[in-house]
Amino acid sequence: MGTLDVLSEDEQFIVRTVHDFVDKEVKPVVQELEHAGTYPEALIEQMKQLGIFGLAVPEEYGGTPVSTPCYVLITEELARGWMSLAGAMGGHTVVAKLLLHFGTEEQKRRYLPKMATGEIRATMALTEPGGGSDLQAMRTVARKDGAGGYVVNGTKTWITNSRRSGLIALLCKTDPDAAPAHQGISILLAEHGPGLTVSRDLPKLGYKGVESCELSFEDYRAPADALLGGVEGKGFAQMMKGLETGRLQVAARALGVGRAALEDALAYAQERESFGKPIWKHQSIGNYLADMATSLTAARQLTLYAAREADAGRRVDMEAGMAKLFASETAMQIALNALRIHGGYGYSTEFDVERYFRDAPLMIVGEGTNEIQRNVIASQLVKRGRLDV
Amino acid sequence: MAEVLVYVDHVDGAVRKPTLELLTLARRIGEPVAVALGNGAADTAAALAEHGAVKVLTHEASEYADYLVVPKVDALQAAVAAVSPAAVLVPSSAEGKEIAARLALRIGSGIITDAVDLEAGDEGPVATQSVFAASFTTKSRISRGTPVITVKPNSAAVEAAPAAGSVEDLAVTFSEAATGTKVTGRTPRESTGRPELTEAAIVVSGGRGVNGAENFAIIEALADSLGAAVGASRAAVDAGWYPHTNQVGQTGKSVSPQLYIANGISGAIQHRAGMQTSKTIVAVNKDAEAPIFDLVDYGVVGDLFDVVPQLTQEINAING
Amino acid sequence: MRIVVIVKYVPDATGDRHFADDLTVDRDDVDGLLCELDEYAVEQALQISENSDDDVEITVLTVGPEDAKDALRKALSMGADKAIHVEDDDLHGTDAIGTSLVLAKAIEKAGFDLVVSGMASTDGTAGIVPALVAERLGVPQVTLLSEVSVEDGTVKGRRDGDAASEQLQASLPAVVSVTDQSGEARYPSFKGIMAAKKKPVESWDLSDLEIDAEEVGLAGAWTKVESAAERPARTAGTIVKDEGEGGKQLAAFLASQKFI
Repeated sequence: MGTLDVLSEDEQFIVRTVHDFVDKEVKPVVQELEHAGTYPEALIEQMKQLGIFGLAVPEEYGGTPVSTPCYVLITEELARGWMSLAGAMGGHTVVAKLLLHFGTEEQKRRYLPKMATGEIRATMALTEPGGGSDLQAMRTVARKDGAGGYVVNGTKTWITNSRRSGLIALLCKTDPDAAPAHQGISILLAEHGPGLTVSRDLPKLGYKGVESCELSFEDYRAPADALLGGVEGKGFAQMMKGLETGRLQVAARALGVGRAALEDALAYAQERESFGKPIWKHQSIGNYLADMATSLTAARQLTLYAAREADAGRRVDMEAGMAKLFASETAMQIALNALRIHGGYGYSTEFDVERYFRDAPLMIVGEGTNEIQRNVIASQLVKRGRLDV
Repeated sequence: MAEVLVYVDHVDGAVRKPTLELLTLARRIGEPVAVALGNGAADTAAALAEHGAVKVLTHEASEYADYLVVPKVDALQAAVAAVSPAAVLVPSSAEGKEIAARLALRIGSGIITDAVDLEAGDEGPVATQSVFAASFTTKSRISRGTPVITVKPNSAAVEAAPAAGSVEDLAVTFSEAATGTKVTGRTPRESTGRPELTEAAIVVSGGRGVNGAENFAIIEALADSLGAAVGASRAAVDAGWYPHTNQVGQTGKSVSPQLYIANGISGAIQHRAGMQTSKTIVAVNKDAEAPIFDLVDYGVVGDLFDVVPQLTQEINAING
Repeated sequence: MRIVVIVKYVPDATGDRHFADDLTVDRDDVDGLLCELDEYAVEQALQISENSDDDVEITVLTVGPEDAKDALRKALSMGADKAIHVEDDDLHGTDAIGTSLVLAKAIEKAGFDLVVSGMASTDGTAGIVPALVAERLGVPQVTLLSEVSVEDGTVKGRRDGDAASEQLQASLPAVVSVTDQSGEARYPSFKGIMAAKKKPVESWDLSDLEIDAEEVGLAGAWTKVESAAERPARTAGTIVKDEGEGGKQLAAFLASQKFI
């Protein structure tokens, strides 16, 4: 496995451990859980034991931090088994990073040790029913109450793990009148309590097993120390930094789905025979496999490049955006071609291919649509004046 | 002619089939002398004589049932000292292998386990073993001491070969180690009325495709129509559908029957390791690509819930 | 309490295993790993430790080539405290009897109250090494346990045999082996993986154990493999698709083979 060579020996072992976990524990049960829409309680427990939820938490807070390339490859492995599992840890990691980079020491101590073990799991609340990727247009507002705390009103949607998350990083406006608008945006570290209700479960194409919900805030009260970093108006910049990780995570999920689809298609194309030979020997099928493998390799290298840049401390919104854009489109294409290769079986729910086909689009529209990614990439290109080499 | 010791596996005097098979093999390399221990030891003599034992060495003592393995090693060692045999043959059960191993070490001899065939050779008996999930066959012999060889069930036919079978008391002095591991309780397995899995001439197995404990009834019905033992794949056992004692495969039993019928079993390497040496293999599986079909003499691609009951009915009709 | 877990580094059973020219197992072309059946041993040792009021030190011991360190590493990542790797060129081709000698000497040198082993190795599968080690150490063997516990210097366990399920009991020191029914082995945690590299791994050779080279290795083996042949592939059988008559067709086949 040449790809793993970029990692230290320990990190290679970690990725291989997750690989084993996926093969032995996830693959045998994924179809049943997916089709029943069952929350993967037992698998999440095992992921806690492994340390999946402490990957972005420093050792001093009880975690086992890994490099971003390692994080990407772990996420890819999980998604190779079931994209929903990767989804269950994605937002959690972003919130851990937000706390780590921007939280007060008190906030770090309050949340990070319990997040490292998975005792507290975290999610993000950004998207609103009235608008997705246009974060500045949000309508959820947190007003100061008399006692220095906040009273929150608004609605958030597509919140992964809503009920099971003990911590919600809520993006909201603390100053609705600020100009420019982003200077009035803050992140509140919200916990379940009066005024916060899970108002509905969203029906969806794929991404089964884990819940995606709408959250309603009606005069929900958050104390003053719930403000991430303790200073208002920093939320937009904080979240943009967090989303660099989020986008890498989504790119990695796409890699996992693409890899699973390629692996299944490769195996099937060697087993299945038509006209007296395995179907991969028919040029049409062989070409699909070649293109799938080529684009997946390119997508992985692009994602790992962005991950290394992130670890080098550079701004990677453009790089992460490229990775997310390319990997998600690649996963969709591979899933479609895997379906073609499987023929009628590809359309059958007795095989995994149809799941890849339903899961892949999430990475196209989630964590900032690919149209938004292109905007980010273009504006960064102009701003930086060129593509760095 | 040199004498060959055969360790007798019996239950209260009833000799189990693998021991009779050992007598067949023992006669190829010398004169069989049987060693029967514990409760009912002397009652084994008639069956052993009928199958070629010239002598039956017996010793009854409560230690054999009350302590694990070592008392039997002490007795077998005493028998080796008394007879100076050309070889010692032991059935390849879990306990048999442990007894044989400790004996071999004590008498400074090499050991071969899980032989599937045995023949005389110029430099001592040559044992055939099946290794790497039965993908290879090796021939080995013991280069030092008195060969100690454990042999798997169904490795030879049971043949009648009447011999004297005179019963002699074996003098045994138990070692200090004999009472090291106490058996504080014993729960006998409930008898199913079916043949022992490893000894059966026909084994009918069910796997993941059986899809539920309650569905094993159709596997059992087929087994009963053929007088067969019932086996299960690891997937079926892990799912809790059938007891682990019936598991066929690497971490379960290794079987080598005349006929093996695999139902709803894909044929993963772990399973193949336990059944690949079966003489005739038949499979029913709805997945035409299942690796089990690479092994079969006859395979039916179809739903086992259709095929197996029809097969059972047909067999019962033929057998009238 | 000092627990020594004996583990083996084996060729991956899903790989293409074969023999080298000297009829030993070819380890060059197949990836190796910690024997799956030994993971149960590590797990039970960890559970005994976790359920014990005393301080328990778990040492994981292997005999094998350089790569066998990977097996030790995994056991350390799962939670064992330290490791011993017995490695010597003269060990190549050692049989079960010779292996038990090396293990017993190493266990004695390490010091032990309890030895825990898997039920067998996935490449050898004889399952006799634990009994041999017990014989050599002169301590009780409490083997093939599906359940094991240690309390007040006594080890107890359940051995599920063909004819009966037996409750066993012995005083420490003792040698235990556990089956794959004893409980699923844990995965190494990331924390465990990171901690493993700081745990001590000792390397011993035959001279450290005062074993002569003639006692082990291919030359010292008391058995000799004379030939190894790949089992001929089974001739392709008849495959039919059930179109309503599959059971009857199968019955006809069985009748033709005189099984009915």
